[in-house]
Amino acid sequence: MIHRLTFIAANTFREAVRDRVLYNLVAFALLLVGAALLVGKISIGLERIVLINLGLSAITVFGVVLSIFIGIGLVSKEIDKRTLYTVLARPVRRWEFLLGKYLGLTATLIVNTFFMCVGLFAALLSVTRSLSQTDLPILIAVYFILLEFLIITAVAILFSSFSTPIFSAVFSFAMFVVGSFSDDLRGFAGMSEGIQRQIAYALTYAVPNFAAMNVASQVAHGVRLPLALILHNTLYAIFYSGMALSAAVLIFERRNLK
Amino acid sequence: MTEARSVRSTAAILLLLCATGSIVSLRAIDRLRPQATLEEVLYLRSPKAVKRLFLGFTGLAASIYWTKTVQYFGSKHHEHAMRFDLLPPLLDLTTSLDPHLLVAYETGSIFLAQRPPEGAGKPDLAADFVERGIRNNPTDWRLYYQLGFIHYIERNDYAAAANAFDRGSTVPGAHPWLKIMAAMMAQRGGDLQTSRFLWTNIYESSEDRTIKENALVRLMALRVDEEVSSLEQLVAGFKMKTGKAPTSWQEIISAGMLRGLPLDPSRKPYVLNNGRVLLDDYRRFPFVRKGLPPGTASSEFIMPGALRPKDARAVQPKH
Amino acid sequence: MSAIKISGLSKTYTTGFWHRSLKSGLKDLSLEVHEGEVFGCLGANGAGKTTTLKILMGLVFPTSGSATILGREIGDPEVKRQIGFLPEQPYFYDHLTAAELLEYFAQLSGVEAKSRSRKVAEMLARVGLSESSGTQLRKFSKGMLQRVGIAQAIIHEPRIVFLDEPMSGLDPIGRREVRELIQSLNDEGRTIFFSTHILSDAEALCDRVAVLHQGELRGIGVVAELTAKSGGKVEIVFEGKQAMPNVQQLGGECRVAGETVRAILSGSVVDKCIDSIRQTGAKLISVNPLQASLEEYFLSQLPDVRLQERS
Repeated sequence: MIHRLTFIAANTFREAVRDRVLYNLVAFALLLVGAALLVGKISIGLERIVLINLGLSAITVFGVVLSIFIGIGLVSKEIDKRTLYTVLARPVRRWEFLLGKYLGLTATLIVNTFFMCVGLFAALLSVTRSLSQTDLPILIAVYFILLEFLIITAVAILFSSFSTPIFSAVFSFAMFVVGSFSDDLRGFAGMSEGIQRQIAYALTYAVPNFAAMNVASQVAHGVRLPLALILHNTLYAIFYSGMALSAAVLIFERRNLK
Repeated sequence: MTEARSVRSTAAILLLLCATGSIVSLRAIDRLRPQATLEEVLYLRSPKAVKRLFLGFTGLAASIYWTKTVQYFGSKHHEHAMRFDLLPPLLDLTTSLDPHLLVAYETGSIFLAQRPPEGAGKPDLAADFVERGIRNNPTDWRLYYQLGFIHYIERNDYAAAANAFDRGSTVPGAHPWLKIMAAMMAQRGGDLQTSRFLWTNIYESSEDRTIKENALVRLMALRVDEEVSSLEQLVAGFKMKTGKAPTSWQEIISAGMLRGLPLDPSRKPYVLNNGRVLLDDYRRFPFVRKGLPPGTASSEFIMPGALRPKDARAVQPKH
Repeated sequence: MSAIKISGLSKTYTTGFWHRSLKSGLKDLSLEVHEGEVFGCLGANGAGKTTTLKILMGLVFPTSGSATILGREIGDPEVKRQIGFLPEQPYFYDHLTAAELLEYFAQLSGVEAKSRSRKVAEMLARVGLSESSGTQLRKFSKGMLQRVGIAQAIIHEPRIVFLDEPMSGLDPIGRREVRELIQSLNDEGRTIFFSTHILSDAEALCDRVAVLHQGELRGIGVVAELTAKSGGKVEIVFEGKQAMPNVQQLGGECRVAGETVRAILSGSVVDKCIDSIRQTGAKLISVNPLQASLEEYFLSQLPDVRLQERS
């Protein structure tokens, strides 16, 4: 079982790397270089803040696009193009396939994020000429972004376990947007009454909550993040991904492959 | 098939466990960041940029920013803050994104106008804000109403308040109260002419008996104010002429400056007391601002024994 | 022990946006495939061949009925070690080379690490792709993909090989190669279960066939038996047009090309026909049992096919 998971994960990683990740990294590098050049022309002192914000946002956006597109591409597409048939005709359980895919995608995203993070620090170094202790929280911000990717990838796999690739992409992206505005959903829940309030509150727990994971602005201002936040965010990401993946397995185990 | 079944039950159990876990950890996260609603920094202050960011879905963007505004105000108010620095830019953004979001003008201006810690304590800004709302929504009388109240209560600018209520009263479908408010404001502001005109207008145009009666009471009070003012001028003129203050109406009548005892609308003579002109019983006259005993600011409220309009035929509007 | 045993298998699909309308894919199918035989599943498109294969592979769940492979329930992972599957018009991961793909599938099938690369090379050689082993699959032609597909189906040396339309989309040479490949797999003792809508392939390869139409089993048996039932026809070729009237009298359909006549007639009058040809002095060239006999059986079983095509 472990062997098969590793094989599927490795193949997923290989496909992702060969297919898209490189372009993604090149685009990110270009963006950062451009931004660094531009930022140098804006007022001194603000450039670091702007660069960190921009860099972290770019990592998020690029990563989310990658999570959704390869997440869906590699699961829905296998169903759609029937490459899955020859896999499932072997002693591979369906849940092994999903989990293997997830692990492979996660590995891809970690590597991808690592390179983007290196790029961000390089850009920072070129703009500020030195790195200091206060730059360390950026790593935490990047870690939180990675947690977001874990959740979004699990959600993408959940959607592709029962939907078409296009719908899966749209749904997953919608989940990312809703998750990013989860605080506003709470605000809405707080303001509404009766049954609407109950539904809104239930929704705040059902959709992923990224509000606590977006710490770009705090980090840019050098705010220290409590250790407990790191711990709880980690737990939340694990639980939420686990939830999405279990649901995906439940659906996928009974699915008729067209 | 037993293996498949055990896979499914394991997945179901994991699903429940993870769902519980995610709720528990989310609650823990919420406790860690009590005012997670909004950072004290607004990165995007330009409505244009926000519009672009939301790909033109400005209505949605406005709703989100309005929610953020309410959250911001709520959390600040909760911590008894004395400053609400982000309130003006948030309101600006919200209404730039959706200039017709009336609730933002109405409630937002209250947030802005009230004195800290109940609000930002910026009544001038609040008035400007509502004016902007009126420019964007000239046919909504509620905004004029709001504007009038801000001028009246927070800025004590009766003329501006009267002006706002008056403008609002011309909007089709406006609540009749706007006219009444305009008249009241003019009266408080001391502009008797305007006030009389407005109350007369209300008396004549209203079908509602209560409003009609109220208009009469107001007109009566206006008459008292007017009479007291002219009597006070008379007293001052007497003093200038003779070099001493009059002690009774008789003295002024003797001097040929007054034809007879000056009577208030209840047919009782005004009282001359130490050079001041007073009402015999001010409690019978709601809303008067003059002729009151020293230390009494106004007879704002109708008290028992107040003069009812039917007693006050004398003050029927003149044509 | 039977290799495959299908009993009362039915599958109903739901279609439409709300999954309201029902479509029957398979109706109460029962059949048995013996170990070591080449079994053909015949039928037009949409007859239920692929559905049957998908149910056997555990890709689709039957609405009712059951099936066993090598005595075990379908879906049992242990079964999947012993079977290989080639889907219809296979498509594989574009980004992999042929060797990488086979390596990956060998891994998933549990082929031991030390013998894997040897197996991969062996299989590539067997399907004639040794030279393209390092080429990414996106550059492969349809025929090459089909061969890769066969290689992946047999890399773990399965006891039963399932092939869905293995000859479709191939040129004549490719078809012959695939036929030979199937034959050699069977010679090694493997059971072959394949679906096709090309009758001549079935006739050439199969020990037994099943004919499916609109999800129902219309006939099953040894090819020769089936064709005998339908009264197999014979093709007689001779030189000399003077024999034609006699042959036509016996019910033969004649086609003329120069002096050569090709006549098709029922097997029961072959002797009379040959006699009459000789009597007229025409020169007999050949007598062949007709290749299309299965087709005739097919048509005799499915009289409604033509009607459907017309409507």
